[in-house]
Amino acid sequence: MSEQPAVVSCHAPGTALAAADNPFLNGLWKQNPVFVQVLGMCPTLAITNSVRNAFAMGLATTFVLVCSNGLVSMVRKMVPKQVRIATYIAIIATSVTVVDYLVKAVSIGVYKALGAYIPLIVANCIILERAEAFAGKKAVIPSMLDGLGMGLGFAFALTCLGTVREVLGAGTFLGVPLFGHNFEPWVLFLLPPGGFISLAIWLLTFTLWRQRRASVAASRAEARRPAPALAEVRS
Amino acid sequence: MSAAPPVIEVRTSPHLHSGRSVNSIMRNVVYALLPLCAYSVWLFGLSALAVLAMSTACCLLTEHLICRLSGRETTVGDWSVVITGLLLGLTLPPGFPLWMVAAGSFIAVAPGKMLFGGLGFNAFNPALVGRAFLQAAFPVAITAYTPALALHRFSELIPSTLAIPLIKAGPLAGWIARVRVDTFSGATPLMLRKFDHVTTDSWTLFLGARAGSAGETSALLILLCGAYLVARKMMDWRITAAMLGGAALTASLFHLADPVRYPGPVFVLLSGGLVLGATFMATDPVASPVTPLGMWIYGALMGLITVVIRFEGGLAEGVMYAILLGNALSPLIDNVTQPRIYGARSREAAR
Repeated sequence: MSEQPAVVSCHAPGTALAAADNPFLNGLWKQNPVFVQVLGMCPTLAITNSVRNAFAMGLATTFVLVCSNGLVSMVRKMVPKQVRIATYIAIIATSVTVVDYLVKAVSIGVYKALGAYIPLIVANCIILERAEAFAGKKAVIPSMLDGLGMGLGFAFALTCLGTVREVLGAGTFLGVPLFGHNFEPWVLFLLPPGGFISLAIWLLTFTLWRQRRASVAASRAEARRPAPALAEVRS
Repeated sequence: MSAAPPVIEVRTSPHLHSGRSVNSIMRNVVYALLPLCAYSVWLFGLSALAVLAMSTACCLLTEHLICRLSGRETTVGDWSVVITGLLLGLTLPPGFPLWMVAAGSFIAVAPGKMLFGGLGFNAFNPALVGRAFLQAAFPVAITAYTPALALHRFSELIPSTLAIPLIKAGPLAGWIARVRVDTFSGATPLMLRKFDHVTTDSWTLFLGARAGSAGETSALLILLCGAYLVARKMMDWRITAAMLGGAALTASLFHLADPVRYPGPVFVLLSGGLVLGATFMATDPVASPVTPLGMWIYGALMGLITVVIRFEGGLAEGVMYAILLGNALSPLIDNVTQPRIYGARSREAAR
């Protein structure tokens, strides 16, 4: 199986589209918003001190992404190019308001834990980036799939971080104690530095894993090729 | 007979070499730290020895493994990581759980030193990076001090030393009540002063028979060990002098303003880890400025920050954060204190 190297930069819309074979898997894994694009760092660092908060934040963002991507894609031919950003922001803000009331209705505890970060989803750069790079150019269904993939990729990454921070910082997983009641909490992991440290741990793990896979794929491809082609590749 | 053509070697300065190597300087710093280790073992017993051994061993192991993983030749032979290990051990409470010591050693060496590229590239003193991590991660354990000169200290460990990894060490109060010798209590002089308003006698502080981190207790011994390095020209005395001077000056000003609330400069100088930090940690040759004026500014600034944290902050001790802040500022200080190049004129004068 030969895999294309993952496109890291998504700031140039052209490159983002090139790798978008399957919009859903693309966001979930190949261009994971946190582990590959390193976008949306504010909620990633601030909200991941427990698995529950992290997952709730991920779901809220997913909802906003699906709604905004779908709506942006629907209006993409009507909106003049000059005012598209303002239009996107209005659409995103509308979906965020919906989420704000939804979370309040479903669980007031989660709503209080997430606090200002729910309204701040509007400023999450993943959402505007997907509207600009994908939904503004593609049909409705792929755009919504892309939003779903990116959102779930974001939720997955936040849950990964939340797991490290909650297990080490409080000795619990989803509130269930793992090490008994005498656990010595690593208070640091509940504090901001712990967010940075656990993000670094996950980024390191994923980058190492990707590099290893890429090098394995490259060596396989090289082994299959005839000798002259191999010399060309090296030059 | 044809003579070999003359060779002109063009090299950048420095052109004179003292013949000293990094190895020999680092080894001498380790020699200078050994009396402190010996004294802390005498004062706090087997537990201090266990903490020092664990921190040094873990630091060595971490550096060796990282060199292995990154495909480089191992750099543990240059002794610098031994200093990191010993310094980390000396700044911890003697009864600190060993598994936390191991975690702190890993953080000190892996992100604190090797991530930057190893010796010569670390922006911060690695031992203090490890300690700052431990302070933030385990704020209770790192302030659990035990009395000096406890009974049976050479035959039994402090109970918290062997705490099971990830499990809370039990309270030490019962053990302290059993082993303490009359007046020696578990609280450090700084904690006594800050929370109980008791000022410890200056001679006790100077000689060092008191509670505290393993290696910070005796100002006399630390200064003697530092003097050995200064005499061999392996350490710059300016930073130490500037840091102690800056702290003394700031403390005097505070003391003059309100003698009841703030202790005098002698207490400030001798208590806590100020002397240890000023002598062995602020002088880290990599993380401190290189210009003489820069060293004075750097030292004085750290002294000032230490006193301000101690007097106005929530923590009893501020040396660690002061030195880390100083390390962060040192490239900037170096930049603004560059000496004038001989013969060069300033931009205004050249016009």
